Amino acid sequence: MGLLDKEFSDGNIVIAPVEDLFNWARLSSIWQLGFGLACCAIEMMATSMSHYDFDRFGVIPRNTPRQADAIIISGTVTLKMATRIKRLYEQMPAPKYIISMGSCANCGGPYWEHGYHVLKGIDRVIPVDVYVPGCPPRPEALLEGLLKLQDKIRNESLRKKSA
Amino acid sequence: MSLKTETMVLNMGPQHPSTHGVLRLELKIDGELVLDVKPHLGYLHRCFEKHAEAMQYNQVVPYTDRLDYLAAMGNNWGYALAVEKLMGIQVPERVEYIRVIVAELQRIASHQVALGSNAADIGAFTPFLYLFRDREHILSIFEDTCGARMLYNYIWVGGLSHDIHPDFVKKVKEFVSYYKATIIELDNLLSYNKIFIERTANIGVLPLDTAINFGASGPALRGSGIPFDLRRDDPYSIYDRFDFEIPVGKGLQGQVGDCWDRYYVRVREMEQSLRIIEQAIDHIPEGDVQSAIPKRIKPPKGTVYTRIENPRGELGYFIISDGNTNPFRVKVRAPSFVNLEVLGELCKGHLVADVIAILGSIDIVLGEVDR
Amino acid sequence: MKNAEEIFNILKDNFGDAVIALDKDTPTEAVITVDPLKIHLVGEFLRTNEDMMFDSLMCLSGVDDANGKKVKDADGTDIIEGGTLSVYYHLHSVSLKHKITLKVSAPREDAKVESVENVWKCADWHEREAFDLVGIKFLNHPDLRRIMMPYDWEEGSHPLRKDYKNPEFYQGMKVPY
Ligand code: SF4
Repeated sequence: MGLLDKEFSDGNIVIAPVEDLFNWARLSSIWQLGFGLACCAIEMMATSMSHYDFDRFGVIPRNTPRQADAIIISGTVTLKMATRIKRLYEQMPAPKYIISMGSCANCGGPYWEHGYHVLKGIDRVIPVDVYVPGCPPRPEALLEGLLKLQDKIRNESLRKKSA
Repeated sequence: MSLKTETMVLNMGPQHPSTHGVLRLELKIDGELVLDVKPHLGYLHRCFEKHAEAMQYNQVVPYTDRLDYLAAMGNNWGYALAVEKLMGIQVPERVEYIRVIVAELQRIASHQVALGSNAADIGAFTPFLYLFRDREHILSIFEDTCGARMLYNYIWVGGLSHDIHPDFVKKVKEFVSYYKATIIELDNLLSYNKIFIERTANIGVLPLDTAINFGASGPALRGSGIPFDLRRDDPYSIYDRFDFEIPVGKGLQGQVGDCWDRYYVRVREMEQSLRIIEQAIDHIPEGDVQSAIPKRIKPPKGTVYTRIENPRGELGYFIISDGNTNPFRVKVRAPSFVNLEVLGELCKGHLVADVIAILGSIDIVLGEVDR
Repeated sequence: MKNAEEIFNILKDNFGDAVIALDKDTPTEAVITVDPLKIHLVGEFLRTNEDMMFDSLMCLSGVDDANGKKVKDADGTDIIEGGTLSVYYHLHSVSLKHKITLKVSAPREDAKVESVENVWKCADWHEREAFDLVGIKFLNHPDLRRIMMPYDWEEGSHPLRKDYKNPEFYQGMKVPY
């Protein structure tokens, strides 16, 4: 956080750059599009369930792209699905963030060589902010990916959106 | 005056919170009434069969994990059994026992997700959290044993990739006694919950002859009232040594073969799996789990079809060997693929919201439907 | 409960030339070869006859036998000419508990097999899959479309054929790695 620490001791005034305030608000409530693709989706589910509890980072699954801030591409993207994902991405309001979860979404994973119907990496279709490797990545790895995304958002500038 | 009405086509999926993955359903509806359902598959077609042809026999095992990713142990086992049968390999007793135990643990873990997501789809979110809490116990046992939480690559042709962890027996016993007491929680929370019964009883009734003609298997078939279980009816491995019951749908809350029956069969099956584990866990013989693994897997020319009872039903592997180190053709008879076909029949005449309940009660895994 | 030999003889008595051969030499299961244009009649008989009662079709698989001649294509890759495509049917009887495997083969260039969709309902999607991935045409199938691949995938391109070549692009997306 850092933003509000000890700032209240002298009066109820917080002085902060508006950028920091916006970024802080954004990174602490990343609503993800509830959207599972393949095996990785089960680990994503496990991450948001009781044991690992995604909620404590402010991540709540939303079921419609219009209300989502981030989308976790959790699994193998096939050619048939890729066009739909592109459309989902375009439906999301900016700022929007993408976490590519698992080898399949990163680069085709185990299907890179003979997968005639597998897209070899979601970044061929939409831009990706954070890549989480693994097949499937452990929930801890996904949490790490989320923290990385938060770091990225923290350093964003309002003037020019990075990436 | 009468209002003019029209039928409407509604698309559900591929991105939809309740389709269990990337399935697209094309619903033809008249108001809220479903007239017809057409599933469109293939959004997760990962070319398993092409990969199997390009790989050596033992390299195919990790790909079988990714078919039904909720029941990876069963997939490994089915494939290993098929190749073993083709080559005439007899696996050691110790391996058989371990395989049975991990497969039954896997069945419980898989049913937990199935029941939880079925309930969550129709609004009961709390049981989902409870079931995932218990599932973590099983996953941690598996992680000790083979290093992975979900996709294990554990059961190899002729043996296992690792021997069990020294704590395995202790941990499994702890889990069995813990879960025996906890499963009652599920009954109290969900099975006899008034709202849940209202949503599932008498919905999506699957008559027995339709079920057989459509080739349904697993809980979807047993929910219709026939005790057909491959562990009993076409025994493989050492299942004939264990004493267990086959739960069937009895229509306790409505008609035989409704969604509630299919749900309930799964709950009772978890208990039976615990029973099998209890019988097996104390009798694991000593031995080497890798002694029967062939140096080079090169089966003779021929074809083989084996099937095992996976959590979702009959998982079949059809392998054609041309005498090389790669399979010539591997076809997977995926239980979800066949069970899903019956969806159109079940949904006719129900409301749109019931489609969710029915789909959840059939319990599909798209990785296996599309392969 | 009947073994493959008995079933073969009964089929031979009823269908004569349509039942072609019995292959017993495979290590695990015997395979009965049937005429592809009569398979629906044989299937119907197997399902309804009291001694057979094969009420469940466990599996239906399309196979590219790759037994034709290998020739070089214009761009230097191998393609297969001639030979056959096959379909395997694995049947099981829930009541009598016996199993049998049937096989039909049809010429690769124009593979036509009668559909068994109205004998066993579950053949529907299996046949669509065999059509999609191997390219076998099932006659009298109610809805023979692609099932796994996108509907607008290149006509006549069937991925599980042994000489399949992947396209470079699909809808502007690069396909190979
Ligand atoms: S990366 Fe591995 S676990 Fe994730 S979707 Fe791909 S195959 Fe499944």
